[in-house]
Formats: sequence, structure tokens, C-alpha cells
Amino acid sequence: MKARWRGINEWLDHRTGIHTAVNKFLYEEIPASSGWHQVFGSVAVFLFLVQAFTGALLAFNYAPTPGDAYNSLRYILTELTGGKLIRGLHHWGASMMIVVVVLHMVQVFLYGAYKKPREATWIVGVVLLLVTLAYGLTGYLLPWDNRAYWGTVVTTQIAAQAPVLGPYLTRLLGGEGAVGVVTFARFYGLHVLLLPPATLLLIGLHVFLVRKHGVAPAPGDDALPKKPFYPVQVFKDTVAIFVAFAVLLTLAIVARVPLEQLADPTDTSYIPRPEWYFLFLFQTLKLFNGPLEVIGSVVLPGVAVLTLILVPFLDRTAMVKVTRRTVAIAVVLLAAIGWSGLTAAAVMSTPKEKSVLEIDYSAPTDWLQLSPQEMAGIGYFRHENCISCHVIGGRGTPVGPDLTKTAIHKDAAWMIAHFKRPSAMRPGSSMPPIQLNDSQLNALASFLLKLNEGNATALDNAPDFAVEGALVYQQNRCGACHLVNGVGMKIGPPLNGLAKRQSRSWVEEHFAAPDKLSPGSIMPPYKLSPKDLENLTSYLFALPE
Amino acid sequence: MQTVPSPRSDGISRRYLFVGAIYGLWALISAALGIPALIYLLFPPKARKAEEWVEVGDITRLVPNTPVEMTFRKNRVDGWKVTSEKSTAWVVKDASNRVTAFGPQCTHLGCAYHWDDAKSEFLCPCHNSLFRADGKVVSGPAPRPLDRYEIKVNGTRLLIGRLNQGGEKKS
Repeated sequence: MKARWRGINEWLDHRTGIHTAVNKFLYEEIPASSGWHQVFGSVAVFLFLVQAFTGALLAFNYAPTPGDAYNSLRYILTELTGGKLIRGLHHWGASMMIVVVVLHMVQVFLYGAYKKPREATWIVGVVLLLVTLAYGLTGYLLPWDNRAYWGTVVTTQIAAQAPVLGPYLTRLLGGEGAVGVVTFARFYGLHVLLLPPATLLLIGLHVFLVRKHGVAPAPGDDALPKKPFYPVQVFKDTVAIFVAFAVLLTLAIVARVPLEQLADPTDTSYIPRPEWYFLFLFQTLKLFNGPLEVIGSVVLPGVAVLTLILVPFLDRTAMVKVTRRTVAIAVVLLAAIGWSGLTAAAVMSTPKEKSVLEIDYSAPTDWLQLSPQEMAGIGYFRHENCISCHVIGGRGTPVGPDLTKTAIHKDAAWMIAHFKRPSAMRPGSSMPPIQLNDSQLNALASFLLKLNEGNATALDNAPDFAVEGALVYQQNRCGACHLVNGVGMKIGPPLNGLAKRQSRSWVEEHFAAPDKLSPGSIMPPYKLSPKDLENLTSYLFALPE
Repeated sequence: MQTVPSPRSDGISRRYLFVGAIYGLWALISAALGIPALIYLLFPPKARKAEEWVEVGDITRLVPNTPVEMTFRKNRVDGWKVTSEKSTAWVVKDASNRVTAFGPQCTHLGCAYHWDDAKSEFLCPCHNSLFRADGKVVSGPAPRPLDRYEIKVNGTRLLIGRLNQGGEKKS
């Protein structure tokens, strides 16, 4: 058996040379000082491969046009098993790749491994860093939600500020006029067609150069015998890759990657934020105003990249031990402090309040289709804490029956009678009577009638602001004049699509004095508490068109 | 790695440990990526709303044993889209007034067949499959009877549901 295997191997090697090549690669000699500090390059390559793999999987179910991108991504997230995990891996993988590439550069910088004759290796590395950032920039647009759209609007306008090149860059990115179908196609093309092969070529060149010059030795290595790359260093690389992967997998499972509402170019209230690794640039930009802005947006980043490229030529001193490279250590520390400071400032200046009222479209949003009465029913269900004895959507305590399974077999009259005197309808029931009035019980029953196994989790996802807003709507009998999701009256205007017609502040003022803002309106004024007003307005603004 | 060469047997077992760990960790990583990928690609999408019944037409005017092609619009869930598309059914009433609706494609290779009045048989022009008015194969390469829609009769209106493979269910 063993002899036969060796025979096959030899035959293959004779024809392809693959065995010899692999051996040459694995048994390459590396300096005695090599070890754990040199694992980052391998981890970066691994993460690139994870990105390519998960990216291809996403592309199998993704339609790269502004018309379909958002819906197909929602389909991946809400309807495909494992879709959330794959997107999570791709999203967090992008962030981790930037972290690891930067760590790799910091290591090389601290050790002075860029010194003669390894200048070219360093420069290719800097280009790879820029390519990694380019993935982040182009990939950001692809979900085509508000975050993606507005983030890219800012990016393309920054590109337009570049001296001399500005107009050409804008045209190249298809951003002339506005971010639209052309920009989208360009970004997608860059992200999946141009950047990946470029990355492969650059990684190939980078590794070739590393092998050509050998792994950079530390002072004192000359006196010691070299050692083979395999298996000890490969083992260390593998352990590092495994740890990175474990972190990535945990992030993908635990940390929610939100999907905001579909990109809305008319939403003037949206405050765009870049991805965390660009926040320091975003903050830098704020330091420069008016005609100086171009310094923050183009000149400083340009100078930074140029300096990075020139590092091997600026520092031409002889190789010394890493612990004695005080200037390099100081530079890294200063850069880290500067970066953290700018990022922290940007994070702290991010408005917090709005996020509470945001809808996460990466989860099913069947609740958006409910009538206000049914939504209010969810509110009573939550207020009465029904979940302490009943299960819906796999959540809750199974003391009483699972309502997703039993509620569909009853009608509203039975339920309301049961709510008032549980044991009368179901002898022996230990359920306490619900202390609500008839219209409230009616709302609760209407919600339970809507409940089934297919939508239970989706209804459970209804955010509190929308549920509370619907309660306010229901208690004030807005449905007596207005239509929501096809339920109600048409005396006043239907409220679906209100967000398109009016601004938030207009709606909030309108509640207090309707005839002032729309003369001739027969709507009575409503004195709502600030919280109720906020919830109701947010609920109405969340309604589907 | 140590610069002092360790005793030979010890060196070999250390080497096995490293190699084993390398293979083991890579196997774990591959499984953690590969299994979710297969699930993602192979599991069907979560079922959306149960298919609705679509009204196709009036069945009072049907002549027994003379199939009529009826056209209707149907919502089809296609990935992330729901498309409304034109679809047809061959509807036939038998002597005992029982109504059947056949899918419009031949069970051989999916060509559109039609009713041949002269022969009183369904004829598929592609490879000459012939079916009786009750959908059974008379001759030709068709491997199974015509596919049938699930149907409901609401007064005089015919409602159509899912399309089932012919010969799958006896109704």
C-alpha cells in the first residue's frame, strides 16, 4: 500500500513537479530567531481566502443591481439557512483582515524587516494594505441600505476633492451627479472582478520576494544554524490561524450585523458613518473646514501613504535588536495613540438616540404588515407578561399551552371570554383573569389570531417603539379616520408612506395643532406625552409604503 | 526550535505532535467553514406564505370530456422575488361531472401539448406522446400521466392550487 502510494506520488511528481515544489516550499530554511511574531502574514492570507470563499457563497444568492441587491441580501439573511452566518463571516472577516494586515505591518516595522534588500517586499505590502482598504470601501455599498448609500455618497465626494484628479476619479467611480446604478456596477466590478485577482498577484509577488530574500534575520542569527519552515513554524502559523478563525466565527455567530432600511436618496435626516476602520479619517476631516478641507480629505492621507511607502528609504540604519529600536517603537505608539484618539472622538460624537428606533431588516419583519390593532395586541401581550406562562416563537415558559399552536383553533369570541374568566372556558385552568377592557382584549385576541408557527419569531421581533406607538394609535382611535395597512377608515389620509410625504417635525407639530399646519383639517388636536409622541411618530414612519 | 539537537526518538515524537496538530486544526477549520456552506447551499429557503388558490374560471360551460385550456395569473416565489406570471391549465370534466386540471407541459420533456379534437386525445408535437382525456398515457415516450393541479370548486368557479406530478396521487 505504502509502496503503491509512493509510486503514484513519484509518477505525479515526475510529470508536474508538485511534490518537489511543495517540499521546497515547506523545507525552506528560516533564521533561528523566527517564531510567533511572524505568524501575521499567514493569518492575513488565510483571512483573504475566507473572504473569497464567503464572498463567492454570498454571490450565489445576490443580485448586484440597486434594484435587487437589498432584497436578495434580505433573502440571504431571513430565508436561507446559514445565510446570516455566511454574511457575518464576510462582514467580520473584512474587519479582521484589516486588523491582521496592520498587525503584520507593525511587526515588520518594529523589527525593521523592511531594510535593504527587502524594500520592494515592504512596498508591495503597503499596496496590499491599500487593496484591503479598497475592498472595505467598495463592499460597503453592496448591501444598498441607507448606511451603504450615504456612506458612499460621502466617499465619492471626497474623491472628487482630490487636486487635479478629482473629476476623473468621480467619473471613474460613476459618481457623476449622484450615486446610482453606474456607481453600483463599478463598485461591484471592482470588489469581485478586479480586486481579487489583483490581490492574488500581489500576494504571490509578496511571498516570492519574501522567499527570494529569505525571512528577515534578527541580529545574531548569523551565528546560529537555520531551521526548516516545516513543521514547527507551520504549526505556529496554524495555531495563530486557528485562533483568528475562532474569533471570527464567534463574532459571526454572536455579533449582529445590521441591515438598515433600503437606500433612500431623499432621506435628508440620515447621518452617514463610515466603517470603524475609517472613522479616524472621518474625524480628521472634521478638523479642517472650508478651503482647508482638502488637506484632511486628500492631502494628509496621501502624505501618510507616501511616507509609508518611503519608510525603507527614510530609515537606512543597520539592523539592531527590536528592543533597541526606540524610535520605531515611539512611532508605533504615537500612531496608535493618534488613531485611538481620533476613533474614540468619532465614536463619542455619534448620535445615540436614533439607533433605538431603528429597525433591523436583517431579521424577518412580518410585524410591519400587521394592523395597528394587532400591533397593539402585541403590546398588551407584552404588558400582561403572557410570556411568563406561554410560549411563542420558542420563547417563554411552557406552563400554559404554546400559543403558536393552539390560538389558531379558536375564535375571537372564545378568546375574549377566556381572557375574562379563564376557568369558565377551560375548566381547571390556573390562568388569572386579564384585567383589560373589551377593546383591549379584542386587540389581544386579534394578535393571537394572526399568530402561527411561521411568523411567531418575526412577530416577536417587533421593536418596542413600534408596539408602543401602535398602542398610542389604538388608544386614541386614530383608525376611526385613518387607514394603516388596509385597516381603518378613509376620512383622513391613509398613513402608509407618511414618511415620504412629510417630515418628522411636521408630523409631530401636526398632532398638537392640526388646523394650523393643514388648514381646514377636521382632525382634533392631541396632547401626547413626549415619549408617546416619539413612539407614535416612529411607528407611523416605519410603516411600509 | 531548540538549537541543541534533541535525542532522535524524542525529536520524532515531537515532530508527529506538530504534524498531527497542523492536520487536526486545519480539519476543524475546514469543517467549520464547509458544513455551514453546504447547509447554506443545499437547504431549501424557509417556506413563505402557503400558496394561494387562484381562480381560473367558470366550469359550468365545460362540455364533458372536451378539455379547455384556461389562462390565469399566478404568483410564483422566485428566490427573493415574487413574480406574477401567466400560466395555463387544461381543464376537463368527465362524464360524472368530476373536474380535473392538468399542468400544460408534457411529462416527457416539458413541451406544450394540445388537445386534438379529431382524435379526442392530447397530443404533444415534440415526440408524439398521446394522452387520454383523463391524463393517462396512450402512446409515445411520456413516462407518466399528465401532472395535475390541486383544485377546489367554489360554486361555479374553479380554484387552482399546487401542481402535483402525475401518477403521484390517485384522485
